[in-house]
Parts: sequence; C-alpha cells; structure tokens
Amino acid sequence: MRTFSYVRADDVDAALRAITDEPNAKFLGGGTNLVDLMREDIERPDTVVDITRLPLAEVEELPDGGVRIGALLRNSHLAAHPVIRSRYPMVAQAVLSGASGQLRNMATVGGNLMQRTRCLYFYDDAAACNKREPGSGCAAIGGFSRSHAVLGASASCAATHPSDLCVALAALDAIVELRSSRGTRRVPLVDFHRMPGDTPEIETVLADDELITAVELPPPPSGVSRYRKVRDRASYAFALVSVAAALDVQDGVVSSIRLALGGVGTKPWRAYQAERALLGAPATEESFRAAARAELADAVSLPHNEFKIRLAESTIVAVLRGMS
Amino acid sequence: MRVNGEPVVLDVPPQVSLLDGLRDRLGLTGPKKGCDQGACGACTVLADGERIVSCLALAVQYEGREITTIEGVASLPDGAALQREFIRRDGFQCGFCTSGQICSAIGMLAERDSDAPPTRDEIREGMSGNLCRCGAYNGIVDAIEEVAT
Ligand SMILES: Cc1cc2nc3c(=O)[nH]c(=O)nc-3n(C[C@H](O)[C@H](O)[C@H](O)COP(=O)(O)OP(=O)(O)OC[C@H]3O[C@@H](n4cnc5c(N)ncnc54)[C@H](O)[C@@H]3O)c2cc1C
Ligand code: SF4
Ligand code: FES
Ligand code: FES
Repeated sequence: MRTFSYVRADDVDAALRAITDEPNAKFLGGGTNLVDLMREDIERPDTVVDITRLPLAEVEELPDGGVRIGALLRNSHLAAHPVIRSRYPMVAQAVLSGASGQLRNMATVGGNLMQRTRCLYFYDDAAACNKREPGSGCAAIGGFSRSHAVLGASASCAATHPSDLCVALAALDAIVELRSSRGTRRVPLVDFHRMPGDTPEIETVLADDELITAVELPPPPSGVSRYRKVRDRASYAFALVSVAAALDVQDGVVSSIRLALGGVGTKPWRAYQAERALLGAPATEESFRAAARAELADAVSLPHNEFKIRLAESTIVAVLRGMS
Repeated sequence: MRVNGEPVVLDVPPQVSLLDGLRDRLGLTGPKKGCDQGACGACTVLADGERIVSCLALAVQYEGREITTIEGVASLPDGAALQREFIRRDGFQCGFCTSGQICSAIGMLAERDSDAPPTRDEIREGMSGNLCRCGAYNGIVDAIEEVAT
C-alpha cells in the first residue's frame, strides 16, 4: 500500500476541517471497502480522516414516527436494533443478507452507501475501465458480463451497485443528510447515486468535502415488507437479483406498494413503473407479473446477463405472491 | 492498545494493517493471512469482544482498543471450551483457518440475544464469513453446537 497520513477526527467540525484542509483526503469508516481498494491501488488518498469515533452512531426515533440513523452506526448494530427489527424488518433483513458477521461489525451505514462496484474489471488494473480510469474504455462490454446491470447501463459502464442496504433504503423513501462547511442538505436516497452516463467515475452527488451524517426513514409503509436476495450461494455473496418490497392489500386490491431492486441496476433501483402498474390493481399473480414486466421493459442485456431479466421478473412475482 | 489483556505499544505507519501489526511486530502469528481482502476470515480477531477481520483494519484505527487473538481466548467464556471441542469433534484438518474460526465463533455466540441454543443452520449462517479449504465444516458446526448447548 502507498503511504498516506492519518488524521482522527473526534467531532464533525474537526472532520469537515480536515477534509477541507488536507490535500486529496478521504473519510475512513470501517475501512472494509476503502482499505481493500487502497491495497489494490485503486483509491490513492494522501490523507485518510478516520471518522469512526464521531458521535453519529445512534438510532433516534422521530416525532413523526420515522427514525434517524447515524451514519457511523455499524451495520451489525443497525440490524440488531429493536426499533429497526420491529418497524423496518426489511432493513435488518437486507443488512443480514450481506457480507459476513465480521464485516458487518466494521462496516458503517455511510460507508455502505459509498461502497464501490464489485465489477471484476474495476479491480483488474490490466483491463480497460472507465470508472477506474476515465476514458480507457469498458472491458465488461464485450467481456464477461454475468454480474452486470440490465437497467441504467450506458455505453461507458454497466457496473451494478453492490449494496443490499441501499435497496431497502430506496424502497423506504430514505433521506440522506449531508454536511459540509457550507451547511447541511438533505437528498432522497433515490437521487443520491447517479446513473453512469458518460462519467461512471462520478457515482454519487456527494461533494469531495461533504460528510454523510445520517439517514432518515419516514414512518414505515403499511402492510408487510420483505427483502429477498438471490445469489449463487446460500450466503456470503453479492446479489444476482434482490427485491425489497412492502405491500398492503385491501379487499383484494393493492392499496400500497413499494418495490426496489438490487443486482440488476447501475444504482439501487426503485421500481416506480412497477409500482404505478400495481397500485389499485387486483393482488393477483397476473398483476404482479405485468408490473414486473413493465419495470423490465427497458432492460438491455449484455451477452452473459440476459438471465437476470427473467430472474428479476420471477423473483418479484414470487416475493409479492408470498406477501399477499 | 491492549492485546490479550496486556498493554502494548504498537508504533507503526498508518498503512500497516492490524493483522500485520499483530503478526510482524508483536509476534502473534495465530491470526492468519488468507486472502488479505476480507473474504476468508482467517485473520479474525476480537476488538472489545466483537469479531472483525484484522486484514481490513488499519492498526492506527484501533488505538486504545482491547484486541483478543487466538493466543488470548482461553481465558474468555467459551474460549477454552471451543478449543477443546474443535479438537474432540474434528473441527479442523490443516488448522490454517482454525484460529479465525474460534475467534469468530466466540464473537457469534456473544452476538446472539436468544437463550435458545442455535440451530445448525444458524451456526452455518453465522459462520459464513469463515472459509475452510479443508472442508471441515461439519466438525466446526459440531464443536460450536456442543459448546452452545
Ligand atoms: C468480502 C466482502 C463481502 C461483502 N459482501 C457484501 C454484500 O453481500 N452486500 C453488501 O451490501 N455489501 C457487501 N460488502 C461491502 C460492505 O458492506 C462495504 O464494504 C461496507 O458497507 C463499507 O462500509 P465501511 O464503513 O467499511 O466503509 P469504508 O471502507 O470505510 O469507506 C468506503 C467509502 O465510503 C466513504 N465514506 C465512509 N463513510 C462516509 C461518510 N460518513 N461520509 C462520506 N463518505 C464516507 C469513504 O471515504 C470511502 O470512499 C462486502 C465487503 C467485503 C469485503
Ligand atoms: S462495467 Fe464499469 S466498472 Fe466494470 S469495467 Fe466497465 S466501466 Fe469499469
Ligand atoms: S485474511 Fe482477512 S479475511 Fe482473509
Ligand atoms: S482446517 Fe484447513 S483450512 Fe480449515
């Protein structure tokens, strides 16, 4: 690993000062993604600003019935929190479906939002990759594309966003709170990650000197909710397809629906088109399938990932059927 | 920091991982370097009682914390029992993954909030971050099940 300097911030102001004052600095959460990428020489900060001791690791209940989750809360503590488990079970299920017990003890909520793709060419410095080296091309397009996205890809990049947590957060209308020396702003999670377009190296709307301080969840949607992840092994693998769903049925008709997909999109994918098709429709397998097809109508496959379109459709149908 | 109950001073540059600090500077070679990418669990240690992979931890980040490696687990609840049962139940063959397996098992059992003994499936899922190239998984699950019930 290249050498770098290390600064530990004890409060938010110190963290924001360090990220502004130190040249080419990056925040360090649990390190489970950043340390790996620094060892691979993909990330090359001159300074890391350790934020794990910031007092931002609480789950706080809000007066409107929602919750505020501190960005430095570890993933394991998020999944084990009684309020999250009882009122947002989809969040706990998504977290527990990802990584391992050890990694979840280290990984933070903010780091989970910011984790980078697992595209194998992104990790391979002999391969062309626009995300790693803008303008160099994309080895996945024309290469081995089994893990890549069928929704949201551009001619520059088809990498999927690997997070499980973010898929649940997208379904729940989460808001991300960002702080910098310029002030605080709040961005819906569905707008936090960017589509690759011509600049796949720019993955989020976060500015270089901005800190994620919290994620807020509005009150949970009515009905039942669920996170289901399909992967090559029963546990400890990234998703081929995942579905986060919350469904309420009144008198046989869908009265409330939230649907988001992982593993198929270039960002955590809120399935608005499927939701529109389902709301007010009879809660039947035919409606579920029609809605899944509406969402996937624009899907574009590469040579090895066409199976994901069918797998996404059948997983959406199976999850909704199991909930209704 | 404290390592296995003793105060130690680990004076290393920021790029040194906790794993390398423990092995190369402190001579604690129980934690193993399998993948150095967070994927195999061979480097698992406990930080203030919680299991982590020490290969993705920068040593500087753990200043002031209490680290326990396999060399120190015998004095922990479950530690000595797990060591004994891994031997009795054939929980290893080559032994490369074993120090990480035992530290991870201690952490996993401490994370549980149920008094009911864990099912074999629960143990397998909880231990999925520890790979064993020798495939000693059945013995590993047997040993943990024995200690947890
Ligand atoms: C073997 C392995 C398997 C995995 N499997 C899964 C899986 O199945 N599902 C899944 O979802 N994830 C998986 N992960 C990824 C893991 O969830 C992420 O690595 C983790 O969430 C990152 O969090 P961190 O705190 O360690 O981030 P770090 O590595 O510390 O940081 C990652 C990035 O986020 C930035 N950052 C961190 N915190 C903030 C903040 N508050 N504000 C602004 N920027 C910030 C850092 O600057 C850095 O760029 C896996 C990881 C490994 C190593
Ligand atoms: S899909 Fe994206 S991350 Fe993968 S090689 Fe192409 S540009 Fe790089
Ligand atoms: S060496 Fe740390 S997980 Fe493999
Ligand atoms: S006993 Fe050989 S790797 Fe597990």
